[in-house]
Amino acid sequence: MEATAATPDSLGSSSRLWSWITTTDHKRIGILYGATAFVFLLIGGLEAMLIRWQLMKPDNDFVSAETFNELFTMHGTTMIFLALMPLSAAFFNFIIPLQIGARDVAFPRLNAFSYWVFLLGGLFLNASFLVGAAPSGGWFGYANLTSIQYSPGVNIDFWAMGLQILGIASLAAAFNFIATIINMRAPGMKLMRMPVFTWMAFITQFIIVTAFPVITVALVFLMFDRMFGANFYNPNAGGDLLLWQHLFWLFGHPEVYILILPTMGMVSEILPTFSRKPLFGYPVIVYSGILIGTIGWGVWSHHMFASGMGAAADTYFGAASMLIAIPTGVKIFNWIATMWGGKIRFTTPMLFSIAFIMLFTIGGISGVMHASPPTDLQQTDTYFVVAHLHYVLFGGAFMGIFGAIYYWWPKVFGRLLNERLGKLHFWLAFIGLNVTFFPMHFIGMLGMPRRVYTYSAELGVGGMNLAATIGALTIGFSTLVLVYNIWHTAAKGEKAGKNPWGAATLEWAMSSPPPVYNFSVIPEVTSRLPLWTVGGMNEIPDVPPEPIHVPGGSYWPVLAALGLVGFFTGAIMHSLWVAIAAAVVLVVSVFKWAFEPFEM
Amino acid sequence: MSQEVLEKPSAHPSAKVYLSIAAILTAITVVEVAIFYIPAIRGTMVLAPVLLLLSAGKFALVVMFYMHLKPDSKLFTAIFTAPLVLAAAVILALMTLLGAWVL
Amino acid sequence: MSTAAIGHYTSTGQDTRKIAFWTFIGSECMLFGTLIATYLSYEGKSVIGPTPQEILNIPLTSVSTFVLLMSSLAMVLALAAVMRGDTRYSKVWLATTAGLGAVFLGFQAFEFTQFVDEGLKISTNLFGSTFFVLTGCHGLHVLVGVIWLATLLILSARGKLGPEKAMNVEIAGLYWHFIDVVWIVIFTVVYLIQRGPAA
Repeated sequence: MEATAATPDSLGSSSRLWSWITTTDHKRIGILYGATAFVFLLIGGLEAMLIRWQLMKPDNDFVSAETFNELFTMHGTTMIFLALMPLSAAFFNFIIPLQIGARDVAFPRLNAFSYWVFLLGGLFLNASFLVGAAPSGGWFGYANLTSIQYSPGVNIDFWAMGLQILGIASLAAAFNFIATIINMRAPGMKLMRMPVFTWMAFITQFIIVTAFPVITVALVFLMFDRMFGANFYNPNAGGDLLLWQHLFWLFGHPEVYILILPTMGMVSEILPTFSRKPLFGYPVIVYSGILIGTIGWGVWSHHMFASGMGAAADTYFGAASMLIAIPTGVKIFNWIATMWGGKIRFTTPMLFSIAFIMLFTIGGISGVMHASPPTDLQQTDTYFVVAHLHYVLFGGAFMGIFGAIYYWWPKVFGRLLNERLGKLHFWLAFIGLNVTFFPMHFIGMLGMPRRVYTYSAELGVGGMNLAATIGALTIGFSTLVLVYNIWHTAAKGEKAGKNPWGAATLEWAMSSPPPVYNFSVIPEVTSRLPLWTVGGMNEIPDVPPEPIHVPGGSYWPVLAALGLVGFFTGAIMHSLWVAIAAAVVLVVSVFKWAFEPFEM
Repeated sequence: MSQEVLEKPSAHPSAKVYLSIAAILTAITVVEVAIFYIPAIRGTMVLAPVLLLLSAGKFALVVMFYMHLKPDSKLFTAIFTAPLVLAAAVILALMTLLGAWVL
Repeated sequence: MSTAAIGHYTSTGQDTRKIAFWTFIGSECMLFGTLIATYLSYEGKSVIGPTPQEILNIPLTSVSTFVLLMSSLAMVLALAAVMRGDTRYSKVWLATTAGLGAVFLGFQAFEFTQFVDEGLKISTNLFGSTFFVLTGCHGLHVLVGVIWLATLLILSARGKLGPEKAMNVEIAGLYWHFIDVVWIVIFTVVYLIQRGPAA
């Protein structure tokens, strides 16, 4: 398919359903990821509301204990795997090729496949609600609570297989982005000239490539125990329950860096733009990110201080966990130094990014407290940890992502979100999350454990729990403000030019939204800040001087995804013929995909 | 600096080289199996290090020459070595933490 | 597969598919590493038999190991044949590689059924679970490889596997050699180095 100036942009052309289903355009796939993840965010938020409603007073009976277990399990699983990671993926997809000066990712059909597998995996996981058997073993599914003996229903099967499906989506995307970033950078775009967002995303992909195989194996062991009577997590056969914990956290700790590094990258783009100053200490921020990704592999058992590993292990993991605070702290100082002496504009994205620094630091401080094994023995499994994780993941990751949504929205959709509504969203979210999660430090220290469906009035935490619930309602309302903003500006929002914020990086060098081919000519850069540097890049004409080839769509990725998820559906239904039929669909789709003529 | 064509791959070895490597791989395997059957070595602390060393040799030969890693760009060596080292570290760490060294 | 990647600008001068595939191999290192780590951590801890000492058949597995090693030789010869446009030997060596892979699988199927007969199933003890999942996962990878090679063989038979498709064969080769290399590790640590209470 040849594209010229007359070809409409990625949104305008055929918005027919079929063109979206078969799209291989990274910009459309990014939008799909973002929209889907946002819906799952709302579902995860609803689950949180129900949790908080149950906990707002002692001895409440709004939901049963079993339902509560399902709620906190699905809240965690949904927020991590169906909201936060895919929201980051939305930005990887839309922004990375633009930031490195490419026309798409290395393997566009594989990219589409990743999205469809994610969507179907999310539906698979949530289908468990339809059969009244939502996962209930916590997002971390400890053995042997998850064994067939103690969890005889299909809840855990949904969980294990759902995560397996989502893992495949993440891995496929990681191979894609690594190949893209290594090999498709525009001329002059040396690695140390790449925007920090692309750098952090790059590091994140390597963490995915190394950590997801571990959880894949852990889940295979679990499913084989449950379905075929294997003994991996069977103490009666000599199995060690800590095997699950080690394998899970070997994945689980790098996973939290997967969750935070992209946001650190986003914030590293927003702060310089609204400080009118380049990022302070770019190389140091890049190296800190690499260090975090590497050291992050060596600290997993700080999640297991209460499991009796012994003094040597405790000491090592405690020390390593404290060490990782150093590169993280370095970044914080660099961000502050970026703003120092700059001409600050307090736009919505800037507010979210500044709040990110503050809130992530608070979460980091409680995190460093957990790094000490003796201190952790008091804090672990209490609400103190719930406070920590929400400060880093909500106050940190989500606040940063909200900032990125406001920041890149005009580029993606061609219209700005409303600033007043944005600031309202910000303040409600900021106040809401502090009211919700700060008391949890105290609730935890006073002895309220995690994952309990109710508590006694004698514990004396009823008042603070009520406050937390009110805070949660505020957060919920703040999110609705964003939804309203999106709806309101869809038709009436202020139109955006190429570079409404006056930013420095390549994605702001073409129209908003970008044309389907991204760049009318391949950029050539001589600077890390091409749009802020005289002679930093060549001129990108509005009209391509020559016709540009743009690959068409393909339906093999979505069919392959259906085959893959169909296979797991057959497995959970214990239906051999469904599993085999789906496997056939998968294999045929892969072959057809391989032999389909698809020119990049 | 723009590169319009792919780098020409470094010359692949001749069939003779490949056959020699195959012969070495076979020889090492024969030695490994032979060592397994020597009672003086089996059941001692010597067996494991010797066999691991020999297998590491086979591993290296296949990776460096059959998978062409040695003559190829260092990029691929980096991409392969990091996860390999990590995997080895995970094996050692897990064995230590789950008490596999003393039986 | 599309050959469009050749001739496009690249940042490193290397083929994008090759970069992606080596990254995939990195992830497979972690996959098999975790399986091997579990096998080694559980070795000798089964509370009931059969044990490796009682049941593993070293002579048989030595032969299958040799078969797999030779299949790697056939694979590099296949790649060389494709690169020089030798249509006859492309087919010969691709068929040999796939055939030897199938022989390996045959040995493994025989071994598995023998073990089940002798009382070792996946559910029997720790050894059964770790052994079957580790070697079964490897066997599954071999099966995928055999199918991949058979596909390339068919392409070659139809005259569609010329030197311009050499990268496709090189990547199939990377996959094939990698599973050979994983077997080298498994053969040593599972079969030859047997730790644990004596039979």
